[in-house]
Amino acid sequence: MKSWIAFWNILMKDMRNYYLKPPNISWGLVFPVAWTLMFFLKSPTKVDVRELLPGVMSLSVLFGTTSMLAVTITFERRGRSFERLLLAPLDLNLLMLAKTSGAILFGIANAFVPVLFALFMVNLAGIHWISVFGAVFLIAVTSTLLGLLIAVSVREVFEAQTFSNFFRFPMIFLCGLFISVQALPFYLRPLSYILPLTYGVDILKSSINHNGHMGLLLNFLILAGFGALLFAWSIHNVKRKWIY
Amino acid sequence: MDIVEVDQLTKKYDDLTAVDRISFSVPGGEIFGFLGPNGAGKTTTINLLTGLARATSGSARVSGYDCAGEIKKAQQIMGIVPDESNLYEEFDGFENLSFCAALYGMQKDEREKKAKELLETFGLTEAGRKPFRAYSRGMKRKLTIAAGIIHDPKILFLDEPTTGIDVASARQIRQLIQKLNQKGTTIFLTTHYIEEAERLCNRIAFIVGGKIVRIGHLDELMREVQQENVVQFAFADGVSNLKPSIQENFPDVVVEVPENQALRIRSSRPMNLTPFMRFFEQKNLPVYEARIMRPSLEEVFVKITGIELQKMKQEKEGKGKQ
Repeated sequence: MKSWIAFWNILMKDMRNYYLKPPNISWGLVFPVAWTLMFFLKSPTKVDVRELLPGVMSLSVLFGTTSMLAVTITFERRGRSFERLLLAPLDLNLLMLAKTSGAILFGIANAFVPVLFALFMVNLAGIHWISVFGAVFLIAVTSTLLGLLIAVSVREVFEAQTFSNFFRFPMIFLCGLFISVQALPFYLRPLSYILPLTYGVDILKSSINHNGHMGLLLNFLILAGFGALLFAWSIHNVKRKWIY
Repeated sequence: MDIVEVDQLTKKYDDLTAVDRISFSVPGGEIFGFLGPNGAGKTTTINLLTGLARATSGSARVSGYDCAGEIKKAQQIMGIVPDESNLYEEFDGFENLSFCAALYGMQKDEREKKAKELLETFGLTEAGRKPFRAYSRGMKRKLTIAAGIIHDPKILFLDEPTTGIDVASARQIRQLIQKLNQKGTTIFLTTHYIEEAERLCNRIAFIVGGKIVRIGHLDELMREVQQENVVQFAFADGVSNLKPSIQENFPDVVVEVPENQALRIRSSRPMNLTPFMRFFEQKNLPVYEARIMRPSLEEVFVKITGIELQKMKQEKEGKGKQ
């Protein structure tokens, strides 16, 4: 019970101090709109908004979570307020869960902004919402944990931002969003399959437009496995690097 | 019962040995001072005891809990005030205290009540609703200490609590430390202000280059350097011309004239002051003051460590202002 009081208060503090700040709310709104517009402008033919949804949702989660967590943790480490959390009698797993939960919730909220816009533009009947939510949740978890890995590796906020982009941009092109994995050169395909986003995108494609390539269950299992692996790796790195 | 037990504790960072096989214990209820220059290993020792660092070898226990394997249990009874205030700039004083209390699992009503009490104790009630970033250095320090004791810890680690703050706030903090100790909280204090340690601590350890070079009660440490007895007499008139005749009458002592109206007598044996008083009376010299001179902790520190105190202070204060 005592631990959960701490967990809840850390989560609420992060929501208030970082995620619910006007610049971040506007980012959550502007980013999906900008991506959608980009697809509209880029395409010479009529664009099907529903076709765009898996991509815009995935990218909204990816961009929302990775940089946010990396930046907020690096910021707290610079101000040494993160030490206060490490000194609290709170299990390290629960502490990191509290720190990541805010970013995960922020990512999930970002993902559903394009869905809200799409509601007014196209018919969204036939979408398997449970698996959409599951995919969004797991993409948010894995992306957040990638952000945590970045936070552990850097000291400055600008390094966190630079490092995030180093990860994110190759992921966009390798995860099957723009070019399907099958259409990628054979030597790049292994890279696609080691990216959690590939599986998340495939679930969203299956659930929204019924055009995924892998089985839903397999995708979910792999994505959950990535989540567990990244969490264990992050905790290991936190112990190694932050508890000197 | 010892609340801190440290045995052969060592911390190495690559080639640097920050803490080198230190052993000591701190009984409950004591104010224990950890004194040393910059880079001596004071903060590393606190980090090892509080769970922010892992020992390379040796062991440390706080309240019986192993600092390596049971640190979360140990943290439950520890209060930690780092050398730099590390509260949340965006939160106000009340919110910061309330948040810190929540980290120890305190319920909302309880933590709000405690936060209000502490703001009052530390004279910060009015500032309680101001953001932390708007606080002065002294106010920040006080709030950080308040955050460290919000859960009524058994032991409070204070790392340089008065560095870089104004005299009035420093004095107030020292009084608060004494009050806390009177209520039963054990204090583990690192400082480079020798006079602060002298005023507050029951026992002191000198740490230099990661090693404890001396540890003991204040009186024991003083006695170690007090190899002679010194008495200083103060007069209304100049007495420098008396030195040869005193030396002649009292051949067993060494006479010094630190200033024109004062005489300092040194002896390797305890002194009887009556013959001196009689001598001055005969010379028609009224004595205004006779003072037994004791060595200061500063002298003890310099003698034991060979470190220039002024230099150490300047280094630390320079760092504090950054």
